[in-house]
Amino acid sequence: MESQTTYNYKVVRQFAIMTVVWGIVGMLVGVIIAAQLALPTLTDGISWLSYGRLRPLHTNAVIFAFGGSALFATSYYVVQRTCQTRLFGGPLAAFTFWGWMLIIVLAAVTLPLGITSGKEYAELEWPIDLLIAVVWVAYAIVFFGTIATRKVKHIYVANWFYGAFILTIAVLHIVNSAFVPVSLTKGYSFYPGAIDAMVQWWYGHNAVGFFLTAGFLGMMYYFVPKQAGRPVYSYRLSVVHFWALISTYMWAGPHHLHYTALPDWAQSMGMIFSLILLAPSWGGMINGIMTLSGAWHKLRTDPILKFLIVSLSFYGMSTFEGPMMSIKTVNALSHYTDWTVGHVHSGALGWVAMVSIGAIYFLIPKLFGKSEMYSNKLIEVHFWISTIGVVLYIAAMWIAGVMQGLMWRAVNADGTLTYSFIESVERTYPFYYVRLLGGALFLTGMFIMAYNVWKTAAAGNAKDADDAIPAPAAH
Amino acid sequence: MSSFWSGWIIVLTVANILGCFWLIWWTMRRRAGEAAQGDVTGHTWDGDLQEYNNPLPRWWLWLFYITLFFGAGYLALYPGLGNFGGVLGWSSTGSQYKAEMEQAAQKYDPIFQQYAAVAVADLASKPEYQEARDMGKRLYLTYCMQCHGSDAGGARGFPNLTDGDWLWGGTPEQIQVSIANGRVAVMPAHAHLGEEKVDILANYVASLAGRSVDAAKVDAGKEAFMTSGCVACHGVDGKGNQILGAPNLTDDIWLYGASMGAIKQTINGGRNGVMPPHQDLLGSDKVHLLTAYIYSLSKS
Repeated sequence: MESQTTYNYKVVRQFAIMTVVWGIVGMLVGVIIAAQLALPTLTDGISWLSYGRLRPLHTNAVIFAFGGSALFATSYYVVQRTCQTRLFGGPLAAFTFWGWMLIIVLAAVTLPLGITSGKEYAELEWPIDLLIAVVWVAYAIVFFGTIATRKVKHIYVANWFYGAFILTIAVLHIVNSAFVPVSLTKGYSFYPGAIDAMVQWWYGHNAVGFFLTAGFLGMMYYFVPKQAGRPVYSYRLSVVHFWALISTYMWAGPHHLHYTALPDWAQSMGMIFSLILLAPSWGGMINGIMTLSGAWHKLRTDPILKFLIVSLSFYGMSTFEGPMMSIKTVNALSHYTDWTVGHVHSGALGWVAMVSIGAIYFLIPKLFGKSEMYSNKLIEVHFWISTIGVVLYIAAMWIAGVMQGLMWRAVNADGTLTYSFIESVERTYPFYYVRLLGGALFLTGMFIMAYNVWKTAAAGNAKDADDAIPAPAAH
Repeated sequence: MSSFWSGWIIVLTVANILGCFWLIWWTMRRRAGEAAQGDVTGHTWDGDLQEYNNPLPRWWLWLFYITLFFGAGYLALYPGLGNFGGVLGWSSTGSQYKAEMEQAAQKYDPIFQQYAAVAVADLASKPEYQEARDMGKRLYLTYCMQCHGSDAGGARGFPNLTDGDWLWGGTPEQIQVSIANGRVAVMPAHAHLGEEKVDILANYVASLAGRSVDAAKVDAGKEAFMTSGCVACHGVDGKGNQILGAPNLTDDIWLYGASMGAIKQTINGGRNGVMPPHQDLLGSDKVHLLTAYIYSLSKS
């Protein structure tokens, strides 16, 4: 079993299943906090169910538990198959699975208890941060070790993106999580004031750039051409957009800190590199969607392809929206409003979740020795219910956000504010309900998926999976 | 920023932008022996994964060039390249903030000035000054409601401004000083008195407000009240002292909560009430209108 004649499917299977599980958990918490915004007294008096504690749990669960598991599963699958060799490092791959699960469980316990570093998307306290660093280094060894021992000459484009994601996240995490510990559950940031804010958003935006963009572009570059049965549209485009994307993303963080204590030069820098990022980001969308040219008819009948292609449409939309929102003048309206929340979710639900869902539907039958999922019809239902959910969610937040921005800046003839803050909150209520509905629909889709995955796995058998490594080609 | 770091930023920024141009040029170059345009490159992974050797889409390339040139132009005009401030001389705190504040001052200051000479009592009550009171209310909703609430009803730790009960005095002059200069009220912690003494003190204080409490504790509590330092600020009769901002304990209005637990917590841990000063932020004319509005609230 551990021989060099088979791929390591076990770790892929584990991460793939956990993607679905953590997807449900993370999105359920999301629906709960969406409900709390619409009904603020929902969990009054229960500290560990309060919004402030559940919100970081939601973000950590969907990004690092759901998204992370999807990235582990697909990167391990893709790197083996495109390198034509078993995962490097033997038991290290299993270590990354159990380590990552332990980290998620620790997060799910500490965050509701109110143990937090207070850094957005990096809330976990220093002992867990150390554990993340260890698991991540093991991940890097497995991934790059597999690349190094590959049996094919060229490195496939998906692996460039996965590689950039793994390498950069290591650097981001280690730099941003530099803490001075004072106790087992409390540490203080190593950086002072505005520098801390800049380091935080250098991390925060590149977590979006490398975890949620580069990593999932790696996923896209394997599963879209595979599912479409067509070659990738343009090799040249992938070269330009890869290098341009990873070099310009690094600068974009300061756009989270427009009109703050951050020096003007850093703000400008964040803005122009965010704008320059538009074309490199779109390179991935073009390469994905154009891969389908000549096979458009498949979209009519293949719900997995629908997930993948619609995810690219949302990707294109949010990577257009992002640079626009980074322009200082636009940001002056959009910052601190629910528009930002809408933007994030068009990326998180529309792009990240949908491309992952498509990839997992592709993987599950292969990992359990079946030719296809238990029910294609249910994938179709899942596709429509989640698409409607995302659209309701982001449209509600766009309207709410623009409305809030306009209300906050409206002034009377004497220069005083036309609306008090609470009036803008009051007007937002209908949109909070629409958002709750959108989120609940998306979560419903995840339950449908879980059922479909369960039935497929129960009907199949892991032993029947075709995990044989083919003999190296002549060249 | 030192010239080293300034240079460091300039070099990295320029290198990254030029690098993008170089990357486009390098990738577009055709090489000897490569696959024809529109053909697959010849590499295959995992059975059937291939790539076309298609050129960069022209419209996409233009988009890329436009953003790159825009970026370069922006860096020439605005701060971005280290210590180079840009040829427009713009800065967020210097030119933009200053210009917008000056513009606002020119436009709005005369509106507030027109009431500067009218007495607060007149502004607060005479029908012809309704507009002044409305302006005061709008100012209130911009600068004060965050703590005192949009109905000025206050919140725990933040006084109700409508009940006629004043910590620092309710005359126009006293209200004006509270707004302009702010106030700092300190109730010192008394945990050193011990649990039992705090308990009887709390009972006594509650009895002052006319609440029914354990009668046995009240007498002992009065003794403690007179000898533990309470009278220094709250007075022998417990009616407080507006010079110190010490609350009247006899009116059953409780800034930090009315429950026995809250009262004990106040005695044990003390309290620190801060009203920030607004003179520098708002200027005399706006403070004047705010004073009139707050004064009118207590009179209605």
